[in-house]
Amino acid sequence: MIRLLLAAGALAAIIGATEPAYAVRPDEMLADPALEARAEQVGHGLRCLVCRNQSIEDSEADLAHDLRLLVRRRIAAGDSNAEVVAYLRSRYGDYVLLRPPFEISTALLWGGPALILLLGGAAVARLYRRGGEAQTAPLSPDERRRLATVLGDGDAP
Amino acid sequence: MIGFATPRRGWIFLLPVGLFAALVAGFYGGLGLDTMVLPSPLIDKPAPHFTLPPLYEGRQGFSTADLSGHVSLVNTFASWCAPCRAEHPVLNALAGTKRVPIYGIDYKDKPPAAQAWIAELGDPYTKIGADDGRIGIEWGVYGVPETFIVDRQGRIRYKHVGPLTEADVNATILPLVARLDK
Repeated sequence: MIRLLLAAGALAAIIGATEPAYAVRPDEMLADPALEARAEQVGHGLRCLVCRNQSIEDSEADLAHDLRLLVRRRIAAGDSNAEVVAYLRSRYGDYVLLRPPFEISTALLWGGPALILLLGGAAVARLYRRGGEAQTAPLSPDERRRLATVLGDGDAP
Repeated sequence: MIGFATPRRGWIFLLPVGLFAALVAGFYGGLGLDTMVLPSPLIDKPAPHFTLPPLYEGRQGFSTADLSGHVSLVNTFASWCAPCRAEHPVLNALAGTKRVPIYGIDYKDKPPAAQAWIAELGDPYTKIGADDGRIGIEWGVYGVPETFIVDRQGRIRYKHVGPLTEADVNATILPLVARLDK
């Protein structure tokens, strides 16, 4: 039991001692915190073209490192955030943006969920409305006679 | 009891089945796509403006000016890149045809390593520039080897991602070079 507790304690100590991994190396950072914050903001929106599902700020890939330096170089040189993003988009296309822009080719991507909700909602609404209306055909004279018989009033044949 | 399903409207319940079938067909078609290859926004745009120092001291570097007046092939490579090694004999053979000059961008490499690599495998390049990675980004490079065809006006007309094979050269590269050369 004591051995188990010791092991658990050691494990906790190891986990506690490790720090979360940041891809951005201290020597990459800009000296000016305001500029560095802008660079990080831009970088978090840019896809690492090598690993594909990480931003360049999160990726350890060599290209991501180069792109981080490029973003910081451009921001330090006075580019606006939009200019930096536009430059990389001109080199790597829309794929470099982690958040795809709204365009004709992406309209279905962005509008799809709303469209499906709308269509589904309309279909359900239609079904319910039709359900509310009386859909039964009026009784034929013969049926009316039989109904009267069952209910026990009128003149039975 | 609400009168939901009236037999007349039976077909509408096939709609989800049809949509699902369309989705399956779409995904099935997507299975064959090569997701590593990204479309380049640089196609039909002028080649980026750049100047690269030479890989070999004493020789000429490689810059945008080299790319006008004739059709050129621009190949990014590195000595650390295994697919480049596989591609190299294809480039040597292409250089042997003398149909198109091949310019090399040695991407994020150590010059001595690249020089040893060229010495071992042969030199198909008209000029080789040494790039620390910045010019690669200008060209939208995300994984060597990548190969571009640049027309006489200095515009990028084609990009190939990954190692060129003999089949690529015969089916795509040479016909395009011939067309642009006319």
